[in-house]
Amino acid sequence: MKRRDFLRAAAASALAAPALSFSGRLFAGPASAPRFLLVFLRGGYDCNNLLVPCGSDFYYESRPTLAIARPDASNANSAIALDGQWGLNPVLRDSIYPLWQKRQVAFVPFAGTDDLSRSHFETQDNIESGQAGNQRSDYRSGFMARLSGQMRSVPSIAFTDALPLTFQGASHDIPNLSLRGNTKPVFDTRQAGILAGMYKDTSLASAASDGLELRQTVSRELQDEMMKANRGAPNAKNFAAETQRIATMMRDQYRLGFVDVGGWDTHVNQGNTTGPLANNLANLGMGLAAYADALGDEWNNTVVVVVSEFGRTFRENGNKGTDHGHGTVYWVLGGKINGGRIAGEQIAISAQTLLQNRDYPVLTNYRDMLGGLLARTWGLSGSQLQAVFPDARPRDLQLV
Amino acid sequence: MRVATKPTHGSLRPLLAAATLVLAIGPGAAIARSPQALSQDDVDWLRRDGFDLDSATVARYRDLGRSRYLDQQLDDKGSDALPPQIQALINGFEVASTPTGQLLAGLRDEQEKLKAMPDGDDKTAAKKAQQEHANLLLQQAQQIELLHAIYGPNQLKEQMVWFWLNHFSIYGAKGRVRWVAADYAQESIRPHALGKFRDLVMATLQSPAMMEFLDNAQNAKGHVNENYARELMELHTLGVGSGYTQQDVQQLALILTGSGVAPLRDRPVLDRHPRFAAQFVRNGLFEFNPMRHDYSDKVLLGQKIRGSGFNEVEQAVELITRQPACAQFISRKLAAYFVADDPPPALVAKMAHTFQRTDGDIAEVMRTMLESKELSTSYGKKFKDPMQFVVSSVRVAYDGKPLANAKPLINWLNQLGEPVFGRLTPDGWPLDASGWSSSGQMAKRFEIAGAIGTGNNRLLTPEGLPRNGGDFPMLTTRLYYDTFDPYLSAPTRDALAKATSQQEWNTFLLSSPDFNYR
Repeated sequence: MKRRDFLRAAAASALAAPALSFSGRLFAGPASAPRFLLVFLRGGYDCNNLLVPCGSDFYYESRPTLAIARPDASNANSAIALDGQWGLNPVLRDSIYPLWQKRQVAFVPFAGTDDLSRSHFETQDNIESGQAGNQRSDYRSGFMARLSGQMRSVPSIAFTDALPLTFQGASHDIPNLSLRGNTKPVFDTRQAGILAGMYKDTSLASAASDGLELRQTVSRELQDEMMKANRGAPNAKNFAAETQRIATMMRDQYRLGFVDVGGWDTHVNQGNTTGPLANNLANLGMGLAAYADALGDEWNNTVVVVVSEFGRTFRENGNKGTDHGHGTVYWVLGGKINGGRIAGEQIAISAQTLLQNRDYPVLTNYRDMLGGLLARTWGLSGSQLQAVFPDARPRDLQLV
Repeated sequence: MRVATKPTHGSLRPLLAAATLVLAIGPGAAIARSPQALSQDDVDWLRRDGFDLDSATVARYRDLGRSRYLDQQLDDKGSDALPPQIQALINGFEVASTPTGQLLAGLRDEQEKLKAMPDGDDKTAAKKAQQEHANLLLQQAQQIELLHAIYGPNQLKEQMVWFWLNHFSIYGAKGRVRWVAADYAQESIRPHALGKFRDLVMATLQSPAMMEFLDNAQNAKGHVNENYARELMELHTLGVGSGYTQQDVQQLALILTGSGVAPLRDRPVLDRHPRFAAQFVRNGLFEFNPMRHDYSDKVLLGQKIRGSGFNEVEQAVELITRQPACAQFISRKLAAYFVADDPPPALVAKMAHTFQRTDGDIAEVMRTMLESKELSTSYGKKFKDPMQFVVSSVRVAYDGKPLANAKPLINWLNQLGEPVFGRLTPDGWPLDASGWSSSGQMAKRFEIAGAIGTGNNRLLTPEGLPRNGGDFPMLTTRLYYDTFDPYLSAPTRDALAKATSQQEWNTFLLSSPDFNYR
């Protein structure tokens, strides 16, 4: 089976679907259409303690207190060998490593942007906009909004409190709703009906009613899941509880999603296999594994990409932490991806090959990589890709 | 004019309709539909002129009539004095009670101390404390701006201050901006909000906030940084596609070399350069350092500007702000904020004509707009942005009553995606409805209308104290009956009639299209 043709046909049928009313939209995601979730790690996570360059002596010299030990069967806190050069942080042993063994996860080191500001905000904004760093012309347009615009009947959603830049500027409505915390709606059905009724004669009629109804529907939809997954707890306290909810929405209703996770800016005492970074990675890993699990068979029809604005300094700083860097490691996950490998161009790391003797260089630009990946996933044409990532040179890393 | 703000009955007493409610809430508020209602034209005009209405605004308007009301606002001779309790709240903020130079000197001292500390837990803790301090200063700056918007007596001016803060947008979290954001709003923008546009540009150009945000503090001979020069023409004055070239950007960047933030301790070694000493400019925290300036001759927009120091900057700003493109660009943007997302070209042309005739007198441009027939045909179609929604909700709901805590307002604006001093990119927040009316944004707005309408918030609770329970605002007041009630749309009237409590009624009114469009 040529996956690409299959997906293209699915995408085409999605494009052919008629315009739908709200309730129709909620439940009418084409059954076989691929799903795409972008997970944004805000804060610039330390990729060097996720995908450990354990073949590099320079890594161990650079991180006297933070390095993760070379793979060693007798040491549970040593890196898990992925290949001769790379190892995985052992906090992911029960979540991500099983996916690796099933070839359902790939890592792309030396990935990132052409933005050298090393500023969280600027670089996050840059990625979300998806425009070339030096030619940014439209501050109000995000690449996922443009992607959604190329596939109008593919339902899109941001699982965030406010509409993120990446989904702004669309010509059609893209809903947003955080599934973290309490999802009990503020208004009951009667109140929601009255509120929406006030707007029935205005151009915001559908936005008002859709926004209110989504909260009602999600609350109902998630009730069963919550009872099962959290024993009735209304709050998703960890990422796994949140991703299970996201999976419910992506399984049945949505095809293009975005979620962000904060807390990665580890300047101080970040730890290696214990400590704040390890906790965050473990939480993330369990969340992604739970997402795969909760999607069931549809995991085979799903691609998840994990990105962050930049990597961190290769050397640890004086506070047992790391500072803002440049290149990072992206994750690609999915039931049928071409995983179990480290993808994209790589170099041996030394003081000379570091960028500005400081951090990873970027050998795989995020726009080129995502462009190539999205082209294969959805069967997008060259001109469609140019609309999503203007002037990018989509690079096919054969990930899907 | 003030009416009762508290019900005499239990706070959750269900009510079938607003009319019943009015009878139920004590003598002070027993107001029948008023024979004193303002005309619809007056209400609509006044709702555009300020951040919607409160009783004081309406009383002054009744007193003066539109013409004198507008004159007084545009003359800007009155003070921007706030109610004493609000002024006291602001006076309690460090950022308001400390001169900006002193804040920056404090920061410098903290940084030097940090630098000297050995790595370790103490240093980590000190760094964290510094960040928290910076965030506190920014939050205070945000609160000051919001409190002015709510309580400022010259509401047109308050809208102008907000408009210009957004037009000359700065991003709080960059560099030292958190320390100088309050100074920027109150000392650079406010005094010129209704003055000459050129003076406003010069004030922002000489503000530490703008110098820091757009990197001109780093722009020096041999190390040219074009960032501010580009945005000064593209976003602040002429607009993209108005005819200036990359060459003009580069020339303006050279003109701007040496303009920056005054160093807080080390003076440039000027005495060794007598020629430079005479050229040195210091204005508050702004400094023009001749030693960092490129003295070559420049050509900007076809005009030769001789290398002569800070005088070049004044010439350049004069030249730029006198371009017809500038009159057009600024007029269109004002009309997009006050009149329509896509303003009528005829109105923009009239405003631009006034701009050029008066050498960029903002008050006169505003007069042209506020007296135009295009304004009156646009009523009811302009969707409030989150700032307008939050500020006007509090004005209508609390009607002059002093808040004890403005922090909830900050949180609401964060949730609605329009934090004060929070726009990362220098273009400022969207002025049109499409930026604020997605389904998620609408639902969030209703939720915040609920937080205000039900009193389920901390606006009346001083920071750090346990929340006062049970208080909710009363929106069925004379203000309401004199202004909103006579002109409500049928769907909103139906919705209000279905409210089962005062809190719900409040929530519906603040959520209604009648309130959210103006």
